[in-house]
Amino acid sequence: MQETQPAPCPSACVGFAQTLAQYGLRLVREQTHTLQINTGLLCNQSCRHCHLEAGPSRKEVMDRKTMDQVADYAARGGFQTADVTGGAPEMVPGIDHLLTRLAAAVPRVMLRSNLTAITDSDREHLGLLCRDLKIVLVCSLPATHASQTDAQRGSGVMDCSVSALQWLNTLGYGQPGTGLELNLVSNPAGAFMPPDQGRTEERFRRDLQRKWGIVFNSLYTFANVPLGRFRTWLEASGNYEQYVARLTEAFNPEAVTGLMCRNLVSVDWSGELHDCDFHLAKGILLGGMRQHVTKMHSPPIPGASIATAEHCYACTAGSGFT
Amino acid sequence: MTSYYDPQDLARFSEIGKDAPELAAKFFEYYGAVMAEGELTAREKSLIALAVAHAVQCPYCIDAYAKECLEQGSNTAEMTEAVHVAAAIRGGASLVHGLQMRNVVDKLSL
Repeated sequence: MQETQPAPCPSACVGFAQTLAQYGLRLVREQTHTLQINTGLLCNQSCRHCHLEAGPSRKEVMDRKTMDQVADYAARGGFQTADVTGGAPEMVPGIDHLLTRLAAAVPRVMLRSNLTAITDSDREHLGLLCRDLKIVLVCSLPATHASQTDAQRGSGVMDCSVSALQWLNTLGYGQPGTGLELNLVSNPAGAFMPPDQGRTEERFRRDLQRKWGIVFNSLYTFANVPLGRFRTWLEASGNYEQYVARLTEAFNPEAVTGLMCRNLVSVDWSGELHDCDFHLAKGILLGGMRQHVTKMHSPPIPGASIATAEHCYACTAGSGFT
Repeated sequence: MTSYYDPQDLARFSEIGKDAPELAAKFFEYYGAVMAEGELTAREKSLIALAVAHAVQCPYCIDAYAKECLEQGSNTAEMTEAVHVAAAIRGGASLVHGLQMRNVVDKLSL
């Protein structure tokens, strides 16, 4: 990473690659220590901010053979973290097999949960498995208020999320001294920037404890990415131009250093690699070509270029998507 | 122009500095200092600003501070309560002036 004098503030008409160049920055990999695994687009929710357009009717799911190939790559590549996402990974047949194999392959396994699928689909079995394997849970909760949560994620999701979090707390998740990490992710419920992460974590901690006795470890706030269903909503609601302009205006060159794509590679449900889950959503392949996990001996090397696109502005806005 | 109010004008606020740049600079410096984190948090100040915006019925301020409240992490229930505070104070201000009416009437009445 090389930095020069600050360039003029980028405008919405300036491409992301051009903006990087204006600041004398190049987006290249550091050590790739995280393997993000998208197990497919099947989901019990149809969230309005979903960049992947996941939902109940989607058929794309990772099969068991690919799960084994991915787990083999995780071990072969010496990855430190496996980050399992979707869709709703809980709904993928054989997800328990994938989690078990990953837990044996890498030091840290994370499972992203929408907090409703884990209660819809044999929650006791999967929750207990996660507890036994010490899997880190990363759960979506946009707000501590039902109207905003349900507006983004569907009617009744807040109540279901609360009961799921309470149940996870009874398993020891989020409780001090258990080693069972329960983290929350909050995306804004609309076309606006996320609030300050530290202050939001304090408010969530206070509100969730006061209202429902819920505890958690950390909270992360991320901007919504203008892809998929969220982009469709932005366009339909007349918010697209102002939202993209807002992300572009908020470009923070210092956020580039910590971008997650510098340490992460994403594999889709068919085993093909991408720089990140957003490029996966857009169909942008790692290195611009099909690269299946079975053909990869190691993670992408430090210094390798990372593809850029206009949606990258969502990751560099404000404090960034790190 | 089809309306006295144009949402695009909000982004042109700084143009008020034309012909009086020193005064505008002083105002905007003061404005920035007032809205910065102090004894009150930026989130609290944005809720106050939203309430005042409704009290003075400024559509530009409502537009700006509705967005600002969301980006400061306030939820819609908090924002609605802030509007009710404005409404309560405005309503109370009208009602309490009723005592002046009573004073006038009492003075004039047998």
